[in-house]
Amino acid sequence: MNFDELFGHLGQHTVDGLSKGAIYALVALGYTLVYGVLKLINFAHSEVFMVGTFAVVGTWSLLGATNDPGLGMMIVFLLAGLVGGALASGATAVAVERIAYKRLREMNAPPLIFLITAIGLSLVLSESFGLWQGRLIVGMPAVLPQSTAFTIGDTKVSNTQLVIVISALVMMAALDQFINRTRYGRGVRAVAQNPDTAALMGVNKDRVIMLIFLLGGLLAGAAALLYCLRYGNTRFNVGFLLGLKAFTAAVLGGIGNLRGALLGGLLLGVVEVYAATLTTSNWEDVAAFVVLVVVLLFRPTGLLGESLGRARA
Amino acid sequence: MGIAAALFAAAGCQDSGGGGNSNNASGGDCGGKIAVFGAFTGPNAGLVIPSLNGAKLALEQFTAANPNCKVTMQEFDTQGNADQATPIANQVAQDKSFTAVIGGFFSGESKATMPIYQAAGLVMVAPSATATELTQAGNKSFHRVVGNDGTQGAAAVQYIKNTFKAQKVFVIDDGTPYGVGIIDEVKKGLGPVVVGSDKVQTDQTNFDATISKIKSAAPEVMAYGGYTNEAAPFLKQARAAGVTAKFLGFDGLYDPAFPKGVGPAAKGAIVTCPCLPAAEAGGTFTADFTKKYGEAPGSYGAEGFDAAQILLDGYKAGKKSREDLLAWVNAYDKQGVSKYLKFDPTGDVDKSKVVVWSYEWDGSAFKPQAEIKLS
Repeated sequence: MNFDELFGHLGQHTVDGLSKGAIYALVALGYTLVYGVLKLINFAHSEVFMVGTFAVVGTWSLLGATNDPGLGMMIVFLLAGLVGGALASGATAVAVERIAYKRLREMNAPPLIFLITAIGLSLVLSESFGLWQGRLIVGMPAVLPQSTAFTIGDTKVSNTQLVIVISALVMMAALDQFINRTRYGRGVRAVAQNPDTAALMGVNKDRVIMLIFLLGGLLAGAAALLYCLRYGNTRFNVGFLLGLKAFTAAVLGGIGNLRGALLGGLLLGVVEVYAATLTTSNWEDVAAFVVLVVVLLFRPTGLLGESLGRARA
Repeated sequence: MGIAAALFAAAGCQDSGGGGNSNNASGGDCGGKIAVFGAFTGPNAGLVIPSLNGAKLALEQFTAANPNCKVTMQEFDTQGNADQATPIANQVAQDKSFTAVIGGFFSGESKATMPIYQAAGLVMVAPSATATELTQAGNKSFHRVVGNDGTQGAAAVQYIKNTFKAQKVFVIDDGTPYGVGIIDEVKKGLGPVVVGSDKVQTDQTNFDATISKIKSAAPEVMAYGGYTNEAAPFLKQARAAGVTAKFLGFDGLYDPAFPKGVGPAAKGAIVTCPCLPAAEAGGTFTADFTKKYGEAPGSYGAEGFDAAQILLDGYKAGKKSREDLLAWVNAYDKQGVSKYLKFDPTGDVDKSKVVVWSYEWDGSAFKPQAEIKLS
């Protein structure tokens, strides 16, 4: 147990953990949105994220992105990556809904069938990319070269970490406002509370469901861009473990609860980095899932409880 | 056999026109059938394909020179995965038409299948499985034409001491038998010079915690035991985070996919390999290989050729049964293209004949530096 390292650089490890967790949180929102409305765990969401990372790589290579391209081109690449990633992920998420779930929903299939379809579709997507793009790690240019943005004590916060955490918080807040303040958001909450009554009140249920898949996909695409900025590589199975962690984050915070997803993601990221620091890096998954089990033992509905339908704040 | 046919077809898909294997097994007074198993697809195939191509080249030259001695080679793709190698081993062991085995290419799959091949009396000649433990457990069928990780680890220690002249070294392994084995050798050899260590896991994609530890330890050299899939993102992220320590990898990273995954930050990375630079191989091997495949033999190309050549010589000498071929390999004593080939009783190639080289990635290719002297 390397306590010296952990407490000697506690600030640094916390910053590392928060930036890691912010990506989990953005992906977790996709799980939580769908679960909040449909009570369905969309296991294909991890591949929605994966498709986003490849879309970012593809967009950059189409535009001829290079390392350290200078400020003007950097902004172009970042925006193009965001648009490319978000569009690809959003389209994939909507396609998943149309292809895999819509018909099952219309036929009132039991929940288990949705789960199996989701897992099947997830494997179809990741294996297809494995065949198409190869199974090796895919590198990409460092469009935003890492540098230290500012220093507090001996804690260095890098520009990519800053970008990740701030964009995650902004997107999170925007989504929160969207769900709680707009007409579409009211529709989402209505369907989450009681789909039949919502339909009687004139809410188009199908459109609401498509909307939440689209929102989840767009956020996953944004997360994909942030992931590419920070880690500089992707792989056909990048979604598997990350998706599982994001799902864990959603459950940890209280699945169906948007703020819970944020809290769960950040917490999970920090726990992982602390655990990896205390022991060795290959213990981080053990620690992450131990925390999940322990939290659920005491709070079966997660830290903040399930509440998309009841969210009124 | 259905599985075999399917696997053969699958492996055949990505052959670059080599081989010309027919499935016609026995017949005549000379010849036989060799099973070759390894990661012909999958993330680490780049390490194995040159070696497989070397073996195919040997077979092709043999067939051209000995048209009456019909030897065939059947490929079984394991993707480098021990779980996939085991059923293949059982199948090959039961099919009496197979009289010898080339493989495994990785240590994990070799370890898993050694008992099966040994029970069937099949000789294994491995071109690149380097884990020290493979030859330590009293095995009878396993032979390898490369030095083991003990030798490679010792060479790496010499390199760190004499070339890097480093006083502070950070070591990382990936938890596989190969990665742990070689890093253990390095730790043993360097002693207190190792100032920190971390273990990563396969398929890990971000290395924040490892990088923090490295920054705290401030080493001059970081040694990484493992494969491309984790090493490439690790090195890329470490360099992006401002870690300037020199990078030392081992033969698992002697694969162009590694620097490709890292990008420009790979420049200056060193890998050691108990394999010979193409230009140093004996005979016309390098010229023949380059002519046939359009590129210089990469990692373990010459060793793959040697592994096949040992068995082909046996068939030519009229050996036909599994027992005879095992005895043949045990007694083999001849110059190969990669080194002088003679096995000690454990199945390791004679220690004094092992060569370990260091290679530096200069931005476009692995440039051979020099042979690392072990003493």
